[in-house]
Amino acid sequence: MSTLTALARIEAARTGSAQPLATVRHCHLGEQPLVLIPLKLSGEAAAPLAAMVGTARKDPALLVVAQPRNRDLRFGFAAELAALVLSYVESRQAGTETVPTKDGEGRQRYSDAPQVLVPNPGGITFLRLLGRSTRFRRIDGPYPVEASVPLLGRWLTWLCDRAEQPGSSVLMPMTSMLAGHWATGQSTFEDANLGALLGWLDPPEGMTGPQAALRAEDPLLCPPAGPTTDPGFDNEELAPLLAAYDRAPADQARMAATDRLRRALRRQLEPTWELMWRSIELLRALPEGAHVTGRWEGDRESFTHFAEGVPEGFPQAKRDSAVAAARRLIRLERAQDELDVQRALDDPLVMAEHRLTGEAFAGIVVAAQPDRLDTTGKTPKLRPYLQVRTSDPLRVADGDTVHNAGRKGQKALVVDVNAGTVLLELSSGMGRKRVAEPGSVPEVGDRVCFTTFAADFHRSPVLPPLEQTPWTHGGPPEAYVPGDDEAVAYPPTAADALEVWE
Amino acid sequence: MTDLAARLDRLRGDAPARNHDARTIAALTTNPGCGRRGLMDAAGIDKDAVARYLGFPAPFGQSQFAIARGNAFEKQVKDDGFAELFTLLRERLGLPVPQVAIESLDEVGGNHGSELRHAQTRRALARALAGDGSTLFDHPLLRLDIAGQPAYLEPDVLAFRLGDKFYVIEIKSFAIIDGQADPEQVAAAARQSAVYVLALRRLLTQLGHPATAVSHEVILVCPENFSNQPAAAFVDVRKQLSVIERQLSRISRIDDLVAALPEEMTFELGDGLASAIRAVEARYAPDCVSSCELAFFCRDEARACGSTDLLGIAVRDDVGGVETLATALGLADGSLAPSPEQVEIAAKLRLARLLRAQALEGVA
Repeated sequence: MSTLTALARIEAARTGSAQPLATVRHCHLGEQPLVLIPLKLSGEAAAPLAAMVGTARKDPALLVVAQPRNRDLRFGFAAELAALVLSYVESRQAGTETVPTKDGEGRQRYSDAPQVLVPNPGGITFLRLLGRSTRFRRIDGPYPVEASVPLLGRWLTWLCDRAEQPGSSVLMPMTSMLAGHWATGQSTFEDANLGALLGWLDPPEGMTGPQAALRAEDPLLCPPAGPTTDPGFDNEELAPLLAAYDRAPADQARMAATDRLRRALRRQLEPTWELMWRSIELLRALPEGAHVTGRWEGDRESFTHFAEGVPEGFPQAKRDSAVAAARRLIRLERAQDELDVQRALDDPLVMAEHRLTGEAFAGIVVAAQPDRLDTTGKTPKLRPYLQVRTSDPLRVADGDTVHNAGRKGQKALVVDVNAGTVLLELSSGMGRKRVAEPGSVPEVGDRVCFTTFAADFHRSPVLPPLEQTPWTHGGPPEAYVPGDDEAVAYPPTAADALEVWE
Repeated sequence: MTDLAARLDRLRGDAPARNHDARTIAALTTNPGCGRRGLMDAAGIDKDAVARYLGFPAPFGQSQFAIARGNAFEKQVKDDGFAELFTLLRERLGLPVPQVAIESLDEVGGNHGSELRHAQTRRALARALAGDGSTLFDHPLLRLDIAGQPAYLEPDVLAFRLGDKFYVIEIKSFAIIDGQADPEQVAAAARQSAVYVLALRRLLTQLGHPATAVSHEVILVCPENFSNQPAAAFVDVRKQLSVIERQLSRISRIDDLVAALPEEMTFELGDGLASAIRAVEARYAPDCVSSCELAFFCRDEARACGSTDLLGIAVRDDVGGVETLATALGLADGSLAPSPEQVEIAAKLRLARLLRAQALEGVA
């Protein structure tokens, strides 16, 4: 957090309504996101209880496990969910585009990718565990499951892995999406409740933000967004309903019990379903940030790559090897850096945070020498001078390199800093000639913004091959030995097949 | 009965006293500076009943499924004379566990009184240290001086003796999946266990043994993956121990808190309850909601006085510790003259306000 965000929160608390933290949307929001609200049985790691799923607000599918302690019913649920998720994934593979390659032949990339929206980070944790508990299932041998179940596990695992990547939009928790764009007058702790958060953002007619948030904390009026259910609901509604299902003597009674259970769970899920779609409306109303398309392209790239490997490949390993973990960490850190820079460039409100700390400054060009040449070297070089007046706190000093936020790749050298004016010498981003390309050098009167950071290219560090993993990192990972319980990849071991999922 | 104990009894009124449990210990370790909670816990007051009476019921229901799951797992680990537990200790942790003798300490001849039970725990451990007692103690009742006042801890743990070393064993029903468990739950368990380690160490010191006789490694027993099979792991709680010891030494002393209150004051349910509670200062933080029954009452109070505490410690730090929303906004729009120590943050807030306004007008 920063003083700027803190101030926005304080303003929200005083005025009773949320304050913007962004002027553009920093995440992709496709035409057809898949909204998925999972519920689990309290006290269990990942025993599903119900889910509301769908791409259309008017037409949610409700999946229910009539007895979460029954293994067959749980895997039945997984198969039902698989049917929905896999057909959604498939529908994202309808169109492709050609990406040029070095050999000139080009390759295909899907022009879309799945986008799954869950209410909160807990939803992702649950999907990760559901993925872990299904991807090693066997379709033959003891305890066989439907073929779609392990496939669902692999796709869920891909989604959850990808969700770790900063800036990815394939699987996102709604609370984080909203909290990234608006500040409420409550703490981040309370923002984790989707109903309370949305209460601030979009209170019902006649209510203030804090009133709506308070109302949303009452589990009877606004059931929790999962994956854990309200304990009151568990004790007073769910427990008797599950007991009735267990007691039901015949198929018909069992169906009636299931119906009652479905109705109760629908009542728990529907309010959150509405909250999800209202949130989507709010986010859609924001214009998309300029770099969002590029990051979504990364998601489509990853989607294409993973989809290509699915028919032949194995379920993802339980743990990364040391080298794979190092590689993943580097990738995530780089994505975070990139995201930070891109958000600032896309959004003046985010840039304001950097201006406040002195990592960037904005101002007006008060003098310019657009055709100045540096003649000290063998050949004269185009090095225009700009004098920028700013009221921002300045942390730059003579000799620093800064980057023009309004023109990608344009660098400048700080020549002189003096009482609110900065003299800059532009060194790139003006074309290759001795006269600048038209429009490439800011003119007197232009508003400009320069940053001390930029989306730089990083060279990947060289990592050792697997068999040379140093002893500090556990040494080379053991090769897969059939029947070995600790083997990481595939095929699943006997122990995996026996995991009872309770 | 000391003076202080009598005052605390009066504060509690006729209600039965409550021992410290997992939740009060969590609150103690996450927000030790809260005098209100400290005093009420020291007096053994049922904060849940108080909160309910005041119209701010605590949001802590427990699902019967979670309870059933926890009990079933604990039973499984303890069944057949702790057979599964000992297998784990031997095979997973490689401990050379010899023949064991188990002693249950959760009652003394049908009596569940705290003092009696604590005395029994003390005797049992003394025998064990002398070399002819049991090796596994179920539900020991420990005592820890908190804020100058003895507090009984009702841990749902086991104390296990191996040679001349004691280990705290905690059975939890959250799963360890592929060698990893939910970090938040592990951290909470570690904090809790550290309190028990500390209490056990104090007891051993009283019995004339070195504190190091209680291992700083606690043994966490959890279900593994998606099964009911227990797994065990050592958790090093040295860090938590030093944090708790420091917090306990800094805590406002209960006798000072009590001395500042009117003689006749009581927290008994009744008309004067809210004002009596307001007389003791609280230190509200948003995450109180996860560990203290009174949190919603304190939140309401913080809201009424427009405190920056409402928004969390990070926000408060970002505005240089300014206490109220009104002050922060006043400094930001220049309507309030900053005090000498506020000059720096005031300048920053004014600039922040200006930059926000510029960005929102679309003139970056």
